[in-house]
Amino acid sequence: MADKISSETAPGGWAPAVLLAWFVPGAGHLLLKRPGRGGLIAACVAAMFLLGLMMRGALFSPQTGDLLTTVIYVGGFLGNVMSGILYFLTVWLGYSQPDMAGHVHDYGTKFLVAAGLLNILGMVDVYEIATRQKE
Amino acid sequence: MPKVNLSHFEASLLFALFTSIVLGVVTKRTDRERVRYAAYCFAWFIGAIFGLSWLMFLGHG
Repeated sequence: MADKISSETAPGGWAPAVLLAWFVPGAGHLLLKRPGRGGLIAACVAAMFLLGLMMRGALFSPQTGDLLTTVIYVGGFLGNVMSGILYFLTVWLGYSQPDMAGHVHDYGTKFLVAAGLLNILGMVDVYEIATRQKE
Repeated sequence: MPKVNLSHFEASLLFALFTSIVLGVVTKRTDRERVRYAAYCFAWFIGAIFGLSWLMFLGHG
């Protein structure tokens, strides 16, 4: 039932829209013809990510060890990656900020992860729109 | 890339603002409900910022 409805809403089902929403924040909403909501999500995710960069936040790289280290570093890395093209552009352009002491750097690191978490909320919204669980 | 130097309060305020907007956009079904819920979340964030700040200030001695 849900698959039938979603194929009517988004060509190819929900997966392309959700993948697009991950790679380009807000673009999944544009694909599903919700430009206002997509624009707001794109603006918030981009602003949060850029503020994180301007505060010289650190990007996580996955590390394993004890449980806390694994949760923080792998979780942080996943949070960073969920910002999609913003993260990949940042890495490709050579941004490399070491983890430094200071509240501004610390907030920057959190902003970079939070941008990805906000984009996950946007992806869930796109999934719900594509499967007709909401308008 | 310019560098910004925000205080704790400014950074918390920006975090609250962007998070509230996204929460409003994704959780409600009409624009009116979205605006109200975003404002509601933002107010709670501000309340939590001031509450926790006072708690840390008083707890610090």
